Amino acid sequence: MAKLGIVDAAAYVPAMRLDRQAIFAANAWANPALKGLARGARSMCNWDEDSITMGVEAARRCLADRSREDARRLYFASTTPPFADRQCAAVIGEALNLSDNLAAVDLANSRNAGLQALCEALPGGSSALVVSADARLARPASVQELQYGHGAAAVLLGGQDAIAEVVAERRLSRDFVDQFRASGESFDYRWEERWIRDRGYRSILPPLVGGLLEQAGVAPRQLSRAVLPAAPPRMTAALAKGLGIAAGSVQDGRLGDVGDTGAPHPLLLTVDALAQAEPGELILVVGFAQGGIALLLKTTGKLPEWQRRNARRAALSPPRPESAYTKLLSFSGLLPMDFGMRAEADAKTQLSSFDRHRAELTGFAGGRCAACNTVQFPRARRCVNPDCNAEAQQDVVLLAEQPGEVSSFTQDWLAYTPHPPLQYGLAATAEGARALMEFTECPLRKMRVGLKLRFVFRIHAIDSRRGYRRYFWKGAPAPGEEKAS
Amino acid sequence: MTGICDKVAIVGMGCSRFGERWDCDAEDLMLEAFREASEDAGLGAGDLDAAWFGCYFDDASVGKSALPLANALRLKNIPVTRVENMCATGTEALRGAAYAVAAGACDIALALGVEKLKDTGYGGLPVGTPGTFTEQWRPNTSSPGSFAQLASAYRARHRVQEKDLKRAMAHVSWKSHQNGAINPKAHLRKAVDVDTIIGAPMVAEPLGLFDCCGVSDGAACAIVARPEIAREMGKTESVTVKALQLAVSNGSEAGHQGWNGSYIHCGRLAGQRALAEAGLRSAREDIDLIEVHDCFSITELVTMEDLGFAGEGQGWRAVLDGAFDRDGKTPCQIDGGLKCFGHPIGASGLRMAYEVYLQLLGRAGDRQLPSPELGLTHNLGGEPARCVVSVAVFGRAG
Repeated sequence: MAKLGIVDAAAYVPAMRLDRQAIFAANAWANPALKGLARGARSMCNWDEDSITMGVEAARRCLADRSREDARRLYFASTTPPFADRQCAAVIGEALNLSDNLAAVDLANSRNAGLQALCEALPGGSSALVVSADARLARPASVQELQYGHGAAAVLLGGQDAIAEVVAERRLSRDFVDQFRASGESFDYRWEERWIRDRGYRSILPPLVGGLLEQAGVAPRQLSRAVLPAAPPRMTAALAKGLGIAAGSVQDGRLGDVGDTGAPHPLLLTVDALAQAEPGELILVVGFAQGGIALLLKTTGKLPEWQRRNARRAALSPPRPESAYTKLLSFSGLLPMDFGMRAEADAKTQLSSFDRHRAELTGFAGGRCAACNTVQFPRARRCVNPDCNAEAQQDVVLLAEQPGEVSSFTQDWLAYTPHPPLQYGLAATAEGARALMEFTECPLRKMRVGLKLRFVFRIHAIDSRRGYRRYFWKGAPAPGEEKAS
Repeated sequence: MTGICDKVAIVGMGCSRFGERWDCDAEDLMLEAFREASEDAGLGAGDLDAAWFGCYFDDASVGKSALPLANALRLKNIPVTRVENMCATGTEALRGAAYAVAAGACDIALALGVEKLKDTGYGGLPVGTPGTFTEQWRPNTSSPGSFAQLASAYRARHRVQEKDLKRAMAHVSWKSHQNGAINPKAHLRKAVDVDTIIGAPMVAEPLGLFDCCGVSDGAACAIVARPEIAREMGKTESVTVKALQLAVSNGSEAGHQGWNGSYIHCGRLAGQRALAEAGLRSAREDIDLIEVHDCFSITELVTMEDLGFAGEGQGWRAVLDGAFDRDGKTPCQIDGGLKCFGHPIGASGLRMAYEVYLQLLGRAGDRQLPSPELGLTHNLGGEPARCVVSVAVFGRAG
């Protein structure tokens, strides 16, 4: 079996960046000591995002322009899977239109799940997509509320054209309970930070990293970059010092503009490291939870080409400043806002109907009429073109990656949405499919007929009575449209 | 196809007072409308051969089936059919009764529509229960939001400035408030100035509060008969149905780019078919008054173009020029329309016919127009992208 390397990698951070000052201002009365953390912004999911949708977005960036056959195995790692019994990897695989023969695996229960998934996928032989996402909740006025962010990352492993090889890998398992979240609970419970620093990081990580470097025959000073566990900068600096790593080599933890994203965080920072690295560099990646995982990567000559692709991806969802703290609470289900009677409507999904239409709903598959070539959504027995209407074969046309455009729109303050107003209208795809669609991520003043769209996989409705949620695709402003005023 | 022109006479009509009828049940509204029609026709429940009953929100209003009408009027175990075709339900009830009479299946038939919306607890219309395939991908729309898209597409298609269209839409509502103020049965009986309309809170961009019609309780009905029976009853000047047409979307508007979203495809088709059935050449020249489905101001505005009362892209100018005001070329919504008379869904189509009927018989009181001979009603169910549209023409026999 050919040794697998990293052939692509991508991160996704939700556009909404909540100003930490807004969080602090609302909670200062309860805990003035939070002031020290009230700098910068943290990422937060829009109401229609969760670990699955973020995972899909990171994964499709990673797979852009590649054959769907390039991913034969899909690993999804999260401590916040939307379902306890419905495999997230299967949903993500269908949203990406990966093969039916996909080996889909979910990993959970650890902030190291993202790195674990990578380690599990490495020896498998066939190409594999490793996806990790987390949208951890935090108790209002807690330290975590300021420290956490939501995000996702994906890594594609393959046998050819790697941008980075995995030189060495080492794991250490220890039931060190720095923090935990019991099953069914919403929030994490954390022990004292100084104890975590002294008996956790400083005790567990040096032998782990030391062992890895020894195994690879590499001295700490040879490391160009080091991705270290998310921690306050002073702790990270102290850890680096203890490991013998130069302070300048430590990868920025993105705590200032994103926050600690949980399971995907080491992978998310790895994408950053790769984006800044030169070919031939050694990169250390360390994750910490119930022990630790350490990887040593070496970049290749293929890196610059990937860096150009990756730079374009970053423009897909530019950060959007947010100052309404109650959005975080409301979207997290922590603040039962009054959205009127329309919010009471039952969002029950007919699962048998969903199953018949999974390709359309999850994969955004349209049809092309064999008689007149009209591309349409949804696929229908009889063609929608009024000049055709033939009962002809309709071959599948995947619409998700086609550019779109707004044909008509409204901003509806009456219809229920957790993020009013509900924006929707007729949208057309490049190949001419047309459907009434919801729009998301579009500032109100930017919406217009003719706005260019990029389709994104999002939550369509949440059935809070049964704990189900259904997904579909929505139109979001295409790159460049967000900046236009 | 010869159609039903002059094959059906309306021998009696009735309409309840529309509005927030906290005082009564749907059954009371049905009786209120029927009592008037019964007195008008000189006929009782025992004279009816069959009935068609229109109601949209069966769950929120009266329940399923034809039973609510049969029970409310204590009909004599005659055949009763319940029909539902969204907001065009009232006209559908009339179509059922008219077709039965025209076919000779019965001599005298009743069409009655009712809706008791104000018991739902909602401002605006209540929401349905989603879950089927379509609901799994379509946005969770509201009625204002669905029609608001017309405005965005109309502006883009005809290069109309946002403020110009907003003012034209405001004029549509201003005119209906003027008319509704003098209609004793109307729900909203207060004149409102244009600046108030323009400055009202936004419901669904660009539709503000006053761009939306009232949500009301009410009932309306018609008793129809073969013209020779009408004559036997002594109704020599009776109103007849000149045309009664329906066009239904097949998904092409929503799913195919042939439709640009700035007009209502089925409205155009139903209008053309109705003119043909009535043997008319020009809506603008031949029709004296119109009652259209002004669920939202923009709907009425584009309907003026769809039915041929204004050129394509010229509707907003015609509205601002007063072409559809009480003293305009073609008075529209002389009774206040859905906007101010109100919109109890199942009753609305019959309420439109009721106003035309009164006007043709010279019985419209303070709002009577000088000697109208032909009136048109336009009743739209659904939303622009997928709708059912009825267009009817009423006149005199001969």
